[in-house]
Amino acid sequence: MGQITLNQITKSFGDVQVIPPLDLQINDGEFVVFVGPSGCGKSTLLRLIAGLEDVSSGAIDIDGTDATEIPPAKRGLAMVFQSYALYPHMSVRKNIAFPLRMAGLDKAAQDAKVDAAAKVLNLTDYLDRRPGQLSGGQRQRVAIGRAIVREPAAFLFDEPLSNLDAALRVNMRLEISELHQSLKTTMIYVTHDQVEAMTMADKIVVLQAGVIEQVGSPLELYHTPRNRFVAGFIGSPKMNFFMGAFASEYNAATIGVRPEHLSVSHTDGKWSGKVGVSEHLGSDTFLYVEVDGVSEPVTVRSTGEVGFRHGDTVHLTPDPDKIHRFDNQGLRIQ
Amino acid sequence: MARAVTPRRKTINTLAAWAIGLLIFFPILWTILTSFKTEAQAISDPPVFLFFDWTLENYAVVQERSDYMRFLWNSVIIAGGSTLLGIVIGVPAAWSMAFVPSKRTKDILMWMLSTKMLPAVGVLYPIYLLFIKLGLLDTRVGLTLVLMLINLPIIIWMLYTYFKEIPGEILEAARMDGATLKEEILYILTPMAVPGIASTLLLNIILAWNEAFWTLNLTAAKAAPLTAFIASYSSPEGLFYAKLSAASTMAIAPILILGWFSQKQLVRGLTFGAVK
Repeated sequence: MGQITLNQITKSFGDVQVIPPLDLQINDGEFVVFVGPSGCGKSTLLRLIAGLEDVSSGAIDIDGTDATEIPPAKRGLAMVFQSYALYPHMSVRKNIAFPLRMAGLDKAAQDAKVDAAAKVLNLTDYLDRRPGQLSGGQRQRVAIGRAIVREPAAFLFDEPLSNLDAALRVNMRLEISELHQSLKTTMIYVTHDQVEAMTMADKIVVLQAGVIEQVGSPLELYHTPRNRFVAGFIGSPKMNFFMGAFASEYNAATIGVRPEHLSVSHTDGKWSGKVGVSEHLGSDTFLYVEVDGVSEPVTVRSTGEVGFRHGDTVHLTPDPDKIHRFDNQGLRIQ
Repeated sequence: MARAVTPRRKTINTLAAWAIGLLIFFPILWTILTSFKTEAQAISDPPVFLFFDWTLENYAVVQERSDYMRFLWNSVIIAGGSTLLGIVIGVPAAWSMAFVPSKRTKDILMWMLSTKMLPAVGVLYPIYLLFIKLGLLDTRVGLTLVLMLINLPIIIWMLYTYFKEIPGEILEAARMDGATLKEEILYILTPMAVPGIASTLLLNIILAWNEAFWTLNLTAAKAAPLTAFIASYSSPEGLFYAKLSAASTMAIAPILILGWFSQKQLVRGLTFGAVK
């Protein structure tokens, strides 16, 4: 079981309130990702759930019990830290066994669990090494192993992949997703990388300045962002925004069109502009088009085969069904 | 741009380092040499350096006249005891300041350090009177306590610096893993801080061993450590340089040997955190 409910929790450091009253429901077995720019309070929120920080007010409920006053170790949660936080003076085996040792398990039971976890994580050959002798990915696996053996109600991940290089990050992302599918345990995952959020989550919680901007499945957020912030944050490359005359034509203060929902042509289209930079990735081409009256270059995602070059005049047409409209508060107009 | 280290510059640097090292070591060397001379050779003019009749006579006389072992034992108990006690108090104190700092932590650290700026003689009277009242005068317990208190700021400062280098996330991980505060300090923090704790220990043993002001003023016969042993040869028998040197050599030998064997640890400890 791993159902976590946050009731009107707040967190202040001194006079600064980093989390205004916040409600959130995390269901058993869900993979929930907290995403937002740096300093949005996502890590603080995770640490509140972990019990590493005390809430200033409100209640945290884990599996039907009020856990607000329960110390971290007794909450039945396991955490994987950004820096891995392995114990450098212990072997991999001792690192993974540490929570079991603290729980007072006998040596045989400890070994059995450590061996099982090591097998799942491909660490069997490294059990006698020290963390310092491992690569980044292996260290990350040890940290995950230390979390798995506790059989927690939920896993908490605090930006676990941000210290890894790009290729390894993709691998570990898959491994964590696979782990979730096999364990079916609740996972809460904090990241500032919206690609990680989109690819891994069952449910994404978008945060800004401690406030939940939107909660929903990756595709819900992609297709119907509740406001401009979510629209701009989710999706890569970012959504293009048009204001003024561009928007008033659609009865909105701002309209947003994703790069993949703009078609580009040499001959005719709705808006015309000049190609600034074109990035050819093979599978796709990204064009950055300077359109008069739009402050930032408009990003267009096109097929890999198009032959647009710097300085070409092009015409852009948005897919009318895929235009997002926002009012002057930045909220979505249905 | 880094300056190029030419072979010539390297030679000059090495020579300079040796020269400075020998200059600093010379008084100690001279003391040791003198301890093997006769009293006449010890004050001869011009002084003799290596070519004299080596003798162990001074050591025999010193050993005969005073009970070296008793002074040594007192030194070991007082220096060792005050250091261990200081570490036991210093580890939790440094832990709290390094990992759960408050707004006032920096002030407390500065305040503790400021006590080291006070001349010791300024508090001699109050401490002396306290010692009389508490019956601590000329006791090893009393001296251990005073030396512990005197070195505590240094112990806490050193430990604080080492603990600051340990990432807080590791301790949080231990907390998540179910470690109590005691287990966290015992199984995680202390083993990780072993190099730092070891050098703190060594440095403070040396400081306490060499401490002369309090040991001379607060002891008479029973609890007197090796500093008092040297002093007993200096004033009334000031002209017996050879015997004074023998006594000094015997007093500094244990700590010199300890320092020699632990020099790697000491240097590493003292530069810890400064060079990353």
